[in-house]
Amino acid sequence: MATASAIKGSLFGQKQTKILTDLLVYAVLSIVGIIFILPFAWMVANSFKDIRGIYTYPPEFIPEVWHFSNYTEAWTTTYFDLGFLNSAIVAASVVLGQVFTASLAGYAFARLRFPGRDKIFLLYISLMMLPFIVLMIPLYVQMRAFGWVSTLQAVIVPFLFTPWGTFMMRQFMVTIPRELEDAARIDGCGFFRTYWLIILPLTKPALATLAIFTFVNTWNMFLWPLIILGKPKVKTLPLLLASLQNQSGMRTPWHLIMAAATFVVIPVLIAFIVGQKYYVRGIVTSGIKGGG
Amino acid sequence: MAASIATAKSAKQPKNSRLADFKLAFTGLRRGETIAGYLFLLPNFAGFVVFMLFPILFAFYIMLTDWSLAKEPEFIGFKNFETMVKDRLFWKSLVNSFYYTFVAVPTGIFIAFWLALALNRKMRGIIFFRTVYFLPQITLTVAAATIWRWIYQPEIGMINHLLEMIGIDGPKWIHNTQWAMPAVIIMSNWQGIGFAMLILLAGLQGIPEEYYEASAIDGASSWQRMRFVTLPMLSPAIFFVVVTSLIGAFQAFDQFYVLTEGGPAHATTPLTLYIFQNAFRFFKMGYGAALAAVLFVIILIITIAQWHLARRWVYGFEDDG
Repeated sequence: MATASAIKGSLFGQKQTKILTDLLVYAVLSIVGIIFILPFAWMVANSFKDIRGIYTYPPEFIPEVWHFSNYTEAWTTTYFDLGFLNSAIVAASVVLGQVFTASLAGYAFARLRFPGRDKIFLLYISLMMLPFIVLMIPLYVQMRAFGWVSTLQAVIVPFLFTPWGTFMMRQFMVTIPRELEDAARIDGCGFFRTYWLIILPLTKPALATLAIFTFVNTWNMFLWPLIILGKPKVKTLPLLLASLQNQSGMRTPWHLIMAAATFVVIPVLIAFIVGQKYYVRGIVTSGIKGGG
Repeated sequence: MAASIATAKSAKQPKNSRLADFKLAFTGLRRGETIAGYLFLLPNFAGFVVFMLFPILFAFYIMLTDWSLAKEPEFIGFKNFETMVKDRLFWKSLVNSFYYTFVAVPTGIFIAFWLALALNRKMRGIIFFRTVYFLPQITLTVAAATIWRWIYQPEIGMINHLLEMIGIDGPKWIHNTQWAMPAVIIMSNWQGIGFAMLILLAGLQGIPEEYYEASAIDGASSWQRMRFVTLPMLSPAIFFVVVTSLIGAFQAFDQFYVLTEGGPAHATTPLTLYIFQNAFRFFKMGYGAALAAVLFVIILIITIAQWHLARRWVYGFEDDG
């Protein structure tokens, strides 16, 4: 009787321990989760306050009066409408360009035989991790020679190709069974048609990964636009956001800055939540955040 | 990556046959494939040559000049590097880069490791937590730094308010020379931990269940399981995270520019910001390029050192890859 209850007790205890540990882990995960979310919540909460609410101490988490007008005010001051358009143009062009050049070159590296192919590929791999900081000064001088300073093409054209994306495409395309292509070739498809009709549809997951990465990186790009885009009318959103804080004035308009930050962040959050699967896989398989 | 390099290596051939091969590539059936190959590569390769290869070579020239862009570059040999040795701010920014990197990276990976372990349990809602921890990672650094700049405000900021609630008189954070760097590090880790966590979590999920079962049969304690199964099996993922985080930390720029602007009193000016200021605020292109070369060499040395050290602690690491 005593032993039976002891056995029962220990079994019960084991299950209980598992539940207890689970609860403990949930508690820790939730606390950490709150720490991760709090700055975002703080940003959104403050984007609805007025300047008095912002400078109230102790700070109130929920605004007393909700000022939706902050968003329209942030939008109309300092070229934010133009900035949104500029950011969208740059991001769309770079995404399309990279997907195009990387998939074409990836196919050439993966499948076509031509002299010098492997040497060029090695060159690509060896320069894949090159820090941008090394490139920025010569690239600036070059853009100046092209007459591209303060133009959008200066933040688009140099980023239309990507060693990392090309590498990823090549690695993915190597795994596609050759038979599918051979069948197409026998049916009389040219190389471009084979690439377009057979390879591209099969490469969709890798293309999606590249597109989402490139979108997030381009949308967030800061250092290079900061260097090359001087005129207010060509500035992208991150630049405008950064310049808001450096305006001289009596009191920093934190409520407007938070409203601005909120809608700069939102497109990326949407892109991430929609494409999370591809984004996560991209990181796990290639382990690269991409170069800014 | 090791495998891809191995496949890219072509077999050694005598010179004559290589030339013959080259000719053969442009004749008969293979001609179409060769031309198609070059055409497919062309848009990518053109961008590569114009916007990567050429600037790299050009950088070697710029770093040997005195060039303000207003007038012609003047070739001065290695003078920029001599100036650097005597430049107090260069040394200060170098120390700052090392301080930031070697505090932010280990603490970040340590926290990411425990988070990954917690997320690797079979429980409901794990994906939700994973998403939450990853959100700061995809938020642009400029916006993240903006939010934190406001959180760090000494008088009206949230952190000092929270500290006050538990009876601590908070420091002046980004306005204090001692606390500014820790403030940047906390913000950067808040933002960057998601990446390390994701890689480590994938590494944990790749450890075969049988290893744990076998160690349980052998009566291993949870500490022994960690020491002799988890850590060795996870070491390649840890190695990867260490290398990429170190490279990334040395290149960090945005958070310094937005959060502290390098201040107060250059307390948070890393090399990247110093390069930027020299080139694009003082228009010393030559000196900026020389500083960039130094940063590049530092990153290169640290990466190579990691590969060498890896043999000692990374499970299944092969040096010939």
